[in-house]
Amino acid sequence: MTLSKEKHAEFYEAMLRIRRFEETAIDVFSQGKIPGFIHSYIGEEAIAVGVCGALDPTDYITGTHRGHGHCLAKGMRMDRMFAELYGKATGYNKGKGGSMHISDFGCGLLGCNGIVAGGIGLATGAAWGSQYKKDGRVVACFFGDGASNRGSFHEAVNMGSIWSLPILYVLEANGWGISLSTWNAINLTDLTERARAYGIPGVGVDGYDVLAVHEAASAAVARARRGEGPTLLVCYAPRIRGHEEGDPQTYRPKEDVEKAKLNDPLPRYRSLLLENEIVDEARLSDIEATVEAEIEAALKFADESPYPAPEEALEDLFVEEVL
Amino acid sequence: MREITFAEAVNEGLREEMARDPMVVTLGEDIAAIGGNFGITKGLLAEFGPERVKDTPISEDAIVGLSLGASMVGVRPVAEIMFSTFLGCCMEELSNQVGAIRYMNGGQITTPVVIRTCNSLGRSGAAQHSGRNEAWIMHTPGIKVAIPSTPYDAKGLLKTAIRADDPVVFFEHALLYYQAKGPVPEEEYTIPFGVADVKRKGGDVTIVAYQLMVRKALEAAEILAAEGIEAEVVDPRTLVPLDVGTIVESVKKTNRLIIASEECGRAGVNGEIAFRVIEEAFDYLDAPIARVTAANVPVPFSPPLEKFIMPKVEDIVEATRRLVG
Repeated sequence: MTLSKEKHAEFYEAMLRIRRFEETAIDVFSQGKIPGFIHSYIGEEAIAVGVCGALDPTDYITGTHRGHGHCLAKGMRMDRMFAELYGKATGYNKGKGGSMHISDFGCGLLGCNGIVAGGIGLATGAAWGSQYKKDGRVVACFFGDGASNRGSFHEAVNMGSIWSLPILYVLEANGWGISLSTWNAINLTDLTERARAYGIPGVGVDGYDVLAVHEAASAAVARARRGEGPTLLVCYAPRIRGHEEGDPQTYRPKEDVEKAKLNDPLPRYRSLLLENEIVDEARLSDIEATVEAEIEAALKFADESPYPAPEEALEDLFVEEVL
Repeated sequence: MREITFAEAVNEGLREEMARDPMVVTLGEDIAAIGGNFGITKGLLAEFGPERVKDTPISEDAIVGLSLGASMVGVRPVAEIMFSTFLGCCMEELSNQVGAIRYMNGGQITTPVVIRTCNSLGRSGAAQHSGRNEAWIMHTPGIKVAIPSTPYDAKGLLKTAIRADDPVVFFEHALLYYQAKGPVPEEEYTIPFGVADVKRKGGDVTIVAYQLMVRKALEAAEILAAEGIEAEVVDPRTLVPLDVGTIVESVKKTNRLIIASEECGRAGVNGEIAFRVIEEAFDYLDAPIARVTAANVPVPFSPPLEKFIMPKVEDIVEATRRLVG
């Protein structure tokens, strides 16, 4: 698949927005500005960007507890995301969700989900809704290798298959479920084999390679839009950081992390763009400056935003309030 | 007025709402081809077709998860979970997703999903098919709970549930489906949530009962009336929202309260009702609050064992005599 230079530049910018958002979030988290905990998407940027780049703006996605990348790739704003991470009133969820539950239904993100595999049923249901309404939308459902061991995954993917629903099951295989290696949790060497159990195609790609992800996702989206049903897209992207910030990864050989970093998708894509003269250094520098400015403004917005009034904790439960 | 069964009333309510709104769909195990394990969805497949009436695999987690997801994009699913004990197979979806999703997203969306399910104590279903799990759902923030006792209430409340933009778990009862028959008007009506119905008036004791226990409370009231004790039977009809006002008004009149439910007594709906009455009408109580519930054991199979642990008419009568005497 040949992409335009403009599309390449967009992909680089999208990946960089995620990387710099996460690096900044880690920084302010260490300063105590973010309550709770955060799970960084560093190393997985190419997955969200490659998949969302294959979707139409009106298509839906569901994200995970490690979901900042899904939000940004679907087009969400950094300022309202940082505000949500800070627990501020101007956050996407008005401070009721935080890092693991950011949502923007307006841009088609049907929620990040703090329950591992929690978004798979919802995403499949949204795909059923689109099929029923015949609105032509496709759903991309992101989840991890750990989630693929939960019953929710099996039940929902099976139903997606028997009803030929327009959905991509995007398995982000980062190799770890907190401290348990995927290869001690699943007795397969090729996770695409799981697709065979449900009678759907399984496609495996290098999850560090945005172009490979995008190409495979585009084929799966086209298949879904033709009404031919789901695809399991397995994106292998070894986890670079700990499960959450503050996890020293004592259970993992240091060389494992170092090896993953050698393939870091960001510098790899940047080099590819320069070496093949797709995007020049000046343009990349412009993109980098734009992202830095966005980060700076977003942090300022989050810092200066007010906390919600405490009594707002009792709002938004029901449409017709009942307490 | 014509009389129909509870089962017919639920079927009519669902059918009318499907005819009224093309976004209403229904799904569940065995609900399409055979019209449901209890025959509640009979005729819907023929009338509305397989896109709107869907048999599902045995996947309660996915039934609820998919229903919620579809509700987020404008469809209004009515899912059937065959037995309320099977709510245990989808509590993740109910507790962490259905109840939480709108709130944790700051009210960005509505989730108009209805989960119909069936309590079934008293049928030798043993521990795994004799559910009374309404307290689980009542305890879960973000879900409304309806639990009707008559065909009239069932139809009117189901129509309200389907039209509501909030999630509802709708508890039916296997022993009411074909044993309960009552007047249901041909013309359109709905019943609002949060409005209790006084099923019998009386001045000596208030019996709060719902679902099958309303029938037992009314039977007990007849026995008590022969002894000169007039019981008022209050049926809350919905547990979330709960019409505390009507219960409290009754207690202020009778000064005595019995709560009768088929659930295990411990940490149940009965405790919540008792607490709300204590909060608002403590000074009016002339006797301790009594409860008539099932024993805190899994339901046994053998009929004499099951009967022993179930709340019975005579238990209500005896509890009342203790309070009034």
